[in-house]
Amino acid sequence: MTTMRTPTAKTAKTAKTAKEATTAKTGPTAPRTVTDGGLLLPVPDADGAPFWEYAARGELRVQACAAPDCGELRFPPRPCCPHCRSFDSEWRLMSGRGRVWSYVRPHPPLLPAYAEQAPYHVILVEPADAPGIRLAGNLVSAAGAALDSVDPERLRIGARVQVVFTELDGVALPQWVLERAS
Amino acid sequence: MSATLKDATAIVGIGQTAFAKQLVEDEKTLACRAILAALEDAGIAPAEVDAFASYTMEDTDEVEIAKAIGAGDVTFFSKVGYGGGGSCATVGHLAAAVATGQANVGIAWRSRKRGSGPRPWKNTRAQLPTPAQWTRPFGLLRPADEIAMLTRRYMHEYGATRDHLFNVALACRNRANQNPAAMMYERPLTREMYMTSRWISEPLCLFDNCLETDGALAVVIVSADRARDCPQRPVYVHSVAQGLPSQHHGMVNYWNEDPLSGPSWAAAQHLWKQADFGPEDVDVAQIYDAFTPLIPLSLEGYGFCGRGEGAAYTEGGALEIGGRLPLNTSGGGLSEAYVHGFNLITEGVKQLRGSSTAQVPDAATCLVTAGEGVPTSAVLLRS
Repeated sequence: MTTMRTPTAKTAKTAKTAKEATTAKTGPTAPRTVTDGGLLLPVPDADGAPFWEYAARGELRVQACAAPDCGELRFPPRPCCPHCRSFDSEWRLMSGRGRVWSYVRPHPPLLPAYAEQAPYHVILVEPADAPGIRLAGNLVSAAGAALDSVDPERLRIGARVQVVFTELDGVALPQWVLERAS
Repeated sequence: MSATLKDATAIVGIGQTAFAKQLVEDEKTLACRAILAALEDAGIAPAEVDAFASYTMEDTDEVEIAKAIGAGDVTFFSKVGYGGGGSCATVGHLAAAVATGQANVGIAWRSRKRGSGPRPWKNTRAQLPTPAQWTRPFGLLRPADEIAMLTRRYMHEYGATRDHLFNVALACRNRANQNPAAMMYERPLTREMYMTSRWISEPLCLFDNCLETDGALAVVIVSADRARDCPQRPVYVHSVAQGLPSQHHGMVNYWNEDPLSGPSWAAAQHLWKQADFGPEDVDVAQIYDAFTPLIPLSLEGYGFCGRGEGAAYTEGGALEIGGRLPLNTSGGGLSEAYVHGFNLITEGVKQLRGSSTAQVPDAATCLVTAGEGVPTSAVLLRS
């Protein structure tokens, strides 16, 4: 583990691109927080990192307690289970289907990259297999489409949605499409 | 064991600067002006100050303030987290310190140039108090967006409408129109203005959002015994509480069984348990209003009505002077000034002194709350 981690960290330090250098203002090891286009990238913490690694494989997974007699899902991820206090956890694969619990349409003032696409939809999705967990995301017409690509008339609380994945400057991001195409 | 904070301390001085979109002086200067004004109001010399409390988001610190105003040796200082959720807790921490003999003269303050200074959500590097990785990449950028998400669901579940939110905005604006210190003093609000204003984050429009203000405020807290010797009528800290409910997530309270019951419920339980009176005995309320929907949520949380009834509660002029519960009588964060809710505390004091610009006749009890939607705090004041 140690031998694997050390060279990786060195590589990350030395192989920094010019863009990354200008983005990182607080030190050479600071992670990128925005894309070239100015959209915000997820900045995972230790607990959240697996979520984003699974997303990169096209999998929507949620942390669950791995204690044999518990197994409760929890989100956002955290070190131990609030139900049984076990530190054993696993990442459970979700079907990727869910329903819209709520949504907003932000208008400017916004960060410029978001203002360009405003008003757009941000939705909260209740996954079909994880009630009580609501994932924030964007409703789009297809993976990678603009944030404003769905007609607002088609969006309502309870609408069925399906997860898709897109890539933002090399970082995988879940998005949502309506189950019914029209 | 009978240790209690009930009426053991009192607010005996209040001070404030002007409120404006842009003030010339810096935050430290404004803080000193507000604090010195509060001490003058209290008739207490700055050299007697030995305790300080503020917000973790406050950028002026005890060291700088204490030496600028010429405080004595300071034996208690504390800062409370979670933005506007800390407002009433600053009073609570000082009340606890004074009641237990750790200090004698406490100053709580907030100085902020949010009007001319940066908007915190524009910082693309900071991981804001919310767990940003789960929300910000999707363009859920601002507190207004986070609360709008809960608002949409609240409207869906309980049949609340934009007219209910307008009732809140209007009550605050009407009080500001009576208050020459308010930023919106000469700016009446009509239903048509509200309904045709621009969106900020649907379903929230411009008038559902608080002001952006430069300004500073402070209060002085001493023991009840000492308060009786001060020139102003003492306003007693009757009950105080903080609230961080089980499995709460801040303004993005999306990941538990019941996202629409927030920190107000937790704070209220403790607040009323320690008090000699209940919600029905509150003469006037100063409820944290960074966004209009926080009012119906707080009305439910603090027990003025049942679950889901907060919107309907605002009907029929209930929040106006003469209504069931006169609200935010200085204009609040929506229409007087947004200084993280500290003006709600000073207005509560003015009401119980009988010196508000929108005085509720014979007001003897006042509820002041901090931000709902973040780990919060509240205080019951009585004359």
